[in-house]
Amino acid sequence: MEKLYTFLKYTFITLWTVFIVAPFLWAVSTSFKDFQSVNSKVTYIPWLDFEPTLEGWRVLVKSPARGGVDIVEPYFNSIFVTCTASLVSIVLGTLAAYALSRFTFKAGFVRNNDITFFFISQRIMPPIVLSIPFFIFLSTIGLLDSLLGLVVVYIVLLMPIAVWIMVDFFNRVPKELDETALIDGCNPYQAFYKVVLPNSIPGLIVAGMFCIIFGWIDFFFAFILTFTEVQLLPVKVVALNSSITPWWSLSASALISVAPLIIVAFVVERYLSKGNLSGALK
Amino acid sequence: MNLIGEHITYKPDDQFHLNNVSFNFKKGNLYTILGRTLSGKTTFLKTIAGLLNPDSGNLSFEEKDFSKIPVWERNVAMVYQQFINYPHLNVYENIIFPLKQRKLSQDKIKTDVEEALKTVGLIGFENRKIQELSGGQQQRVALARSLAKKAKILLLDEPLVNLDYKLREQLREEFKKIFSEGMSQETILIYSTTDPQEVMELNGEVIVLDEGKVLQKGPAKEIFENPLNLKVAEISNDPPMNILKGLKNLDNLNFENISIKSPKHFKHLENQNYNFGIRASEIKLDENGEEFEIELAEISGSETLLHLKKGNSKLIALIEEVMNFKIHQKVKIIFNSNKFYAFNQSGELVSSPYGINNG
Repeated sequence: MEKLYTFLKYTFITLWTVFIVAPFLWAVSTSFKDFQSVNSKVTYIPWLDFEPTLEGWRVLVKSPARGGVDIVEPYFNSIFVTCTASLVSIVLGTLAAYALSRFTFKAGFVRNNDITFFFISQRIMPPIVLSIPFFIFLSTIGLLDSLLGLVVVYIVLLMPIAVWIMVDFFNRVPKELDETALIDGCNPYQAFYKVVLPNSIPGLIVAGMFCIIFGWIDFFFAFILTFTEVQLLPVKVVALNSSITPWWSLSASALISVAPLIIVAFVVERYLSKGNLSGALK
Repeated sequence: MNLIGEHITYKPDDQFHLNNVSFNFKKGNLYTILGRTLSGKTTFLKTIAGLLNPDSGNLSFEEKDFSKIPVWERNVAMVYQQFINYPHLNVYENIIFPLKQRKLSQDKIKTDVEEALKTVGLIGFENRKIQELSGGQQQRVALARSLAKKAKILLLDEPLVNLDYKLREQLREEFKKIFSEGMSQETILIYSTTDPQEVMELNGEVIVLDEGKVLQKGPAKEIFENPLNLKVAEISNDPPMNILKGLKNLDNLNFENISIKSPKHFKHLENQNYNFGIRASEIKLDENGEEFEIELAEISGSETLLHLKKGNSKLIALIEEVMNFKIHQKVKIIFNSNKFYAFNQSGELVSSPYGINNG
């Protein structure tokens, strides 16, 4: 029985891994092909089936004037927008989460849980519902098609994630820890940054990583709120597709746009697998 | 110059956490708050620390209105029942944390910390991480942090309750020593517990708290000898004092078809119904005694606790040796009638073997 279970478990894991990894292998292989190798016949193995070429990768860094597509600028745009929005979201979200975890708010029928739910509800709504208000808002304040406008929108999208993760994290930090800090002579601000914050680093890292992931992969808002001045990476990658699909450069750009997330995923996985995030306190 | 509380009431929901509590604590004394779980002990201590604001009442210390001083300026120290330390700091950093907050000189900090470490027996553990310590050691760190502060008010909220039996005994002994030798005459020490034995051993002034109300105040001996009412008798004894509903007539106490000769100190009591109280330790096995049925027998350490039943009366007897009993077995017991208490129908003490109201 146990053996059967182990067998099934590993079979499933193997199939799943193949399912996940196969597209990557396909993309790696395709990124080194040229028009001929893609369109003539089915080819898999470099040097044997086809002659590998770096043309798909070279095109990405060439300026359009020289026949390239230049994804370098969108790449740095994406890094800037994602990192700035994540940082602001983490700072504001952590403060909001701490307040929601430690103080009791009452306004009419609104309680702490309602406020937390309000934050999360921003993520429950389909993005398309938000797109029109965002568009009108950004065009009114003149930030349409600009990096700053995107940062503002991404903060709205990412902060709920930060609030949600950090409320849960702070709820698991015993209140007595803050109280001890107060008794030991800290005012509430000092108690927060001298005691609570240093003990919340695992939570901050996880929240930060989630913000980066969700910011980085967004296509929808980047597509709707920009035109010609500013482009983010996901939009640029999709825009590569024209009358002739350049599978080689499309694969290459897809791979380098996924690369940062793979690195982030490994970091998050290490912290998540540590189990209880507040383990330091028990 | 005392810590004075007047009519302090705190009722955050539909139950009183503190109900009209008044006290006058003098420097250099040890006060123990005795009460069951949820009786308001922690609320009491947190109010003194300033972590909670009572709904009404006054709190003053050294002739200043304490309620206007925020927690971080009150110069109190508190040890929680959970072992609360700063997990991101090592033992040494934990203990100097409050001293650094007060911006004391480096030399002063060093001597104070060493003294505190010595008192709690953690010399050599300075660089350990908190997570590497056992529960008892963690609680010692918390105590050392509180002692090093030399706070004017030291609050200990059930500091031993989360420790295992052996460690509890050991730390309790050490606490007694620390409290009697290591405390300055400027400090007010307030210790809360659910354990009557701890109260008796620490031998300070006792406040018995139940549902936020002070039931009785006085020296430990007085609480033990003359519990003012049934509630206090229950809370201040472990196992709780046995209560038998019965009738006193002429020379006898009658309950459950048992008749016992009335003790001398009941002489003045009118002949009527009472709640008779007797401690578990005043009941002995005896061949010539009354027959009771065993409901449960627990062995704890070198003693056996017998839960007995007869008719509607249930009682607990403490046998000072380890014996094996079967459930539903019949045993015969006698009562040490000289140690009977009498409480009237409304639960107030009317006669005690230690001489209250017995003329």
